[in-house]
Amino acid sequence: MSLLRVAGLAKRFGANEVLRGLDLEVKQGERIAILGASGSGKSTLLRCLNFMEMPTAGLIELDGKALGRESKSGERVYRENELTRVRQRVGMVFQQFNLFPHMTAIGNVMEGLRTVRRMPAAEARTRAQAELARVGLADKADHYPAHLSGGQKQRVAIARALAMDPELLLFDEPTSALDPELVGEVLGVIHALAEEGRTMLLVTHELGFAYHVATRVIFLADGAIHESGTPDEVLKNPRKERTRAFLASHKQYSL
Amino acid sequence: MDHHWDFASVFANTDALLVGAAGTLRIFAICLVLGLSLGLVVGLGRYAHSKWAYLPATAFVEFFRNTPVLVQILWFYFAMPILLPFEISPLAAASLGISLNSAAFSAEIYRGGIQSIERGQWDGARALGMGWGQAMRRIILPQAVKRMLPALTNRAIEIFKMSTLASAVAYVELLQQGKLIASLNFNPIEAYTAVAVIFFIFLWPLVQFTYVLERRLKRDE
Repeated sequence: MSLLRVAGLAKRFGANEVLRGLDLEVKQGERIAILGASGSGKSTLLRCLNFMEMPTAGLIELDGKALGRESKSGERVYRENELTRVRQRVGMVFQQFNLFPHMTAIGNVMEGLRTVRRMPAAEARTRAQAELARVGLADKADHYPAHLSGGQKQRVAIARALAMDPELLLFDEPTSALDPELVGEVLGVIHALAEEGRTMLLVTHELGFAYHVATRVIFLADGAIHESGTPDEVLKNPRKERTRAFLASHKQYSL
Repeated sequence: MDHHWDFASVFANTDALLVGAAGTLRIFAICLVLGLSLGLVVGLGRYAHSKWAYLPATAFVEFFRNTPVLVQILWFYFAMPILLPFEISPLAAASLGISLNSAAFSAEIYRGGIQSIERGQWDGARALGMGWGQAMRRIILPQAVKRMLPALTNRAIEIFKMSTLASAVAYVELLQQGKLIASLNFNPIEAYTAVAVIFFIFLWPLVQFTYVLERRLKRDE
């Protein structure tokens, strides 16, 4: 059974149709890299999956259970506490980190455990310390985000998401805001998570990383899946013209 | 015109001024707590998406911002008891007027402060599974209050000065006592000068504190 199933997902911002009836199935342990030009709907897709944006239409199933219910007028409506439960199961890492600047690194990682899970402070601290150690930041626990580098901030953000034991991890361009020399440390952490067999969706422009780490690659265009397949199929032997053009523009200045 | 300054008649009434200062501090404390906490509720209402919160909060802010506090105090003291079957003390009437007015002004400070927090902070909080209230309490407000502190301190200074309006309903505070001393001793120059000086002594450190706050906040950025 799939962990996540999306059917006919559509999202419109006013007159702007960003997603137009997108279908997607994610099985346990899959790692899906999502590629696409800017404006193709990659980020919006991720943000709809944990309801940071409310889908205009379509169905999202988690563990075989459809989320929300049909209203009389035929559209799906969601209760706020159902969505907060879904967000606990679907972790998200953002391009801009979105760390809480008034809390230390360990405070950031503990926050979900304390406020959402209501875990006792000592237990939450132990757990948070373990997550920081996992991303290689055990010694930065008491630093405030302002005193961390971009790569360190993003690793704290990953630890913060991991602390909630998510069944699915969403990465929204996690290295796009980083200086080039800091990209590697963040990709290294994501790679380690991949090797643990975690299920993840990753929007990225790092084609090499996608090739090595993803089990499947999806190319989005015009708010729908344009091409999908193994990394070899999509990145090395794309069938569709637009996928080829996208890859060519990316490779133009590669070594 | 020459005036022979003589503060002896003021010093002879030190006890009356102390009673007045106590009255001023009491109404200040009441209005500060009531005004700023009610202002938070109204400010959250102004920020909320639900029209059931937004519309009443907006009506409240517009009404109390656009009517003079003195008129409100006089209305609560003289008009309300005719309409409602209970008496109201000068302290209650004045506190009500000043608190509601301060709530309206501070509500706009809270709303502005909350709106100034980047959307990414909401994203980060909600992605962990926090509800609106949890995100507001744990993530948004602590950051917003820091930015609002200089404006809120200015509000506190305004409340302190507005407390003199309570003398209009004969509440015993500094100005009321000054008036009393002036009329009993025929020394309005000394009496009102003394009242002004006492207010200055209270308020000057508070104003200095806002300067320090503003400088510190700038340094953190």
